[in-house]
Amino acid sequence: MGGFGLGAAGHLALAFAFVLAAVQALAGGLGLWRRNAALVALASQAAVASFVVIACAFALLTVAFVQHDFSVLYVANHSNLGLPLAYRIAAVWGGHEGSLLLWALMLAGWNLAVAATLRSRALDVSAGVLATMGAVGFGFLWFMLGTSNPFERHFPAPADGRDLNPLLQDPGLIFHPPMLYMGYVGFSVAFAFAVTALLQGRLDAAWVRWVRPWTNAAWVFLTLGIALGSWWAYNELGWGGWWFWDPVENASFMPWLVGTALIHSLAVTEKRGQLAHWSLLLAIAAFSLSLLGTFLVRSGVLVSVHAFASDPARGVFILAFFAATVGISLTLFAARAHRIQLAAEPLRLASKEGLLLLNNLLLTVAAASVLLGTLYPLLVDSLGLPKPSVGPPWFNATFVPLTVPLLVLCALGFFVPWRRWQAAPLKRHLPGLLVAAALLAGLLSFISRGGHGPLALFALACGALTLLAALWSLVRRIRLRQGLPRGWLGMTIAHAGLGVFALGVGLVSTADIERDIALAPGESVTLAGFEWRLLELDVVDGPNYRADRGTLQVRREGELLATLYPEKRLYHSQPNNPMTESAVDVGILRDLYVSLGEPLGAQRWSLRVYYKPFIRWVWGGSVLMALGGLLALTDRRYYSRRRVPLAAAAAPARAG
Amino acid sequence: MRKLLWGLPLLAALALILLLGRGLELDPREVDSPLVGKPAPDFASVRLDSGAATTLEALRGEVTLLNVWASWCVACMQEHPLLNDLSRSGQVRIVGLNYKDAQADATRWLARHGDPYAWSVVDRDGRIGIDYGVYGVPETFVLDRAGVIRAKRIGPITPDYLSQQLLPLVAELQAEPTRP
Repeated sequence: MGGFGLGAAGHLALAFAFVLAAVQALAGGLGLWRRNAALVALASQAAVASFVVIACAFALLTVAFVQHDFSVLYVANHSNLGLPLAYRIAAVWGGHEGSLLLWALMLAGWNLAVAATLRSRALDVSAGVLATMGAVGFGFLWFMLGTSNPFERHFPAPADGRDLNPLLQDPGLIFHPPMLYMGYVGFSVAFAFAVTALLQGRLDAAWVRWVRPWTNAAWVFLTLGIALGSWWAYNELGWGGWWFWDPVENASFMPWLVGTALIHSLAVTEKRGQLAHWSLLLAIAAFSLSLLGTFLVRSGVLVSVHAFASDPARGVFILAFFAATVGISLTLFAARAHRIQLAAEPLRLASKEGLLLLNNLLLTVAAASVLLGTLYPLLVDSLGLPKPSVGPPWFNATFVPLTVPLLVLCALGFFVPWRRWQAAPLKRHLPGLLVAAALLAGLLSFISRGGHGPLALFALACGALTLLAALWSLVRRIRLRQGLPRGWLGMTIAHAGLGVFALGVGLVSTADIERDIALAPGESVTLAGFEWRLLELDVVDGPNYRADRGTLQVRREGELLATLYPEKRLYHSQPNNPMTESAVDVGILRDLYVSLGEPLGAQRWSLRVYYKPFIRWVWGGSVLMALGGLLALTDRRYYSRRRVPLAAAAAPARAG
Repeated sequence: MRKLLWGLPLLAALALILLLGRGLELDPREVDSPLVGKPAPDFASVRLDSGAATTLEALRGEVTLLNVWASWCVACMQEHPLLNDLSRSGQVRIVGLNYKDAQADATRWLARHGDPYAWSVVDRDGRIGIDYGVYGVPETFVLDRAGVIRAKRIGPITPDYLSQQLLPLVAELQAEPTRP
């Protein structure tokens, strides 16, 4: 009977959080209108309280999973008695309702963090930000209570649950969604600041310095979340692929692209006072696209592998939420943005800010092309056109031509100063770097055994150029003892990461080798210079599954490199749906990847073996980018005690 | 004029919202195909396994599921175990339409995930798909003995759809007297 109390308590907590969010939004809004410090303080306290309450709800659902409380419908649908503890905890966000609860918890966390740091801010900014964050939380909790209550109960409770989707039973699941959601939801902070600036009709240096670290933080989480998702797909789907252009992946990629553009346009706004309106628009777009992603995943409008629970009622609700968020903020933009006037010089193209403007154009076009490709089936359907399908080839064809110029821009950016073009540093450093980049690209191509054509080599050289430009700038700055402020160091590391990432993508997508083979124990095959030998096949039992397991040894020139154990698992809860558990030998220069196919009779199995050169660089580069973003947001200038007067909406400081 | 410029993002967003709203009304899995009730479009292609020529004629005479699949289609993996089971049960013939796929990839995919198809028709460049109004892969057409399309499913077949709609329809069609 404890179950009844537990589910009811969780439901009550969410209802309470809903009220608190309303209090926060109203008190913040009224506080802004009346300039009333007491009301703003109330909004701030509501933010703290709502975090506590939602954390309690989350803890309650976790306890329900740990204790196998199948009277909670969501637990019964996503767990069973055989599920190991770690996955029972991760299962809290393994389905629709629970992942919304996680979303709400993250939002409450960002809300709390903002509320805590707003104390030192001017009253009207605090009020505007708290009101906006409160309103977002209110809308979200309304959605959750209205359509997707994770604490719904049913009696009598079943004796056992249905089990968590076996695809999701992987360490990747434990971290991927929380990271991703932290990123999605994190953009709500930049959004709230943008709305506040529009409400006030005022934007200044202090504003930019406030928004930048928050934007960076959200972006870091999103970067890691996407990288983890890619890594998970690689390990779990048994296809050796790391990106599928699936609508849900696209949904996370669009805010990432726009968020990246925002980081760069904010840099221009901070240093030069330019692109301020554009930054506001991007801040609104980044959060709106996060919501759009949620809509696409949850509404079932698009067919996707991720669509675990699509329900039209939910779709209508999220669409209304999305429409309200976007509609209100962009109406505000239309009505108020022209009031924000910065005493900035016109932007000159031949300068660092000019390169950053181009960067923004490319990133925005890239995001738009992903949006178009994702919504294309919907678009043609609505217009009643014939229905072609847009697959990975379309995305690759539009995406690669956009990213290669970005790499070049990024390399140039290290040598072009703010305000004006200077040919001297380019002339001095660029030729040597170009040669080095060409050599590095050639060397990596050789190591990967790719046999690349001129176009592929050119793209690789652009990636190498970015990496080398970043490293060279770092070395030069250390040699000249110019100091390494964290903002600069983080920026450089992130761009080195971009170079590593681009090289990894270029190499693995052009030089990987895959082959399907049939082997019996004792037989071997040679692929990419490696000898793969199947030693034995046996049956092993896991906690909630039974698996066929192969043992393979991979050798090169007789030397044993790896012993791999790929599995084909049958989870007891889903006997008709075998899951492939691939086995991977990880290396900096290459992965050796094998997954078990089908039994072919007489001890023979079909196997799929892959040679994946430089695949680790894809994720390594992503981690470097995130690391750089993290470092940059700890830069001292964001936390200096020196208060920039808010009332003086003058041109931002021209530091740096 | 300048005012209008500031409102441009709002207008773009409104257009997007309208589109998404329209999308909610259309269930991508259950769009009524204008082809339902009409004879299936003819085609002339080859079989994936043998490379032998094949046309629509081969589908006539038996109630058939024409399943559009591809090795690059992630969602196809979702319904594939169901198709394998269905094929093993012998309740209905399943013919594949291998859509915009490379032959080697397709053959490998079948070897790896099981082959529920009596045979697969090759549609390398997607021409047949255009005639059939293929919207996304996977898709499944239900053809009666006379080769008339009687139902269409967009997206993966789910266990519910299979037991509650597809199999009853198949049984109904199989009970129909053969039309002259």
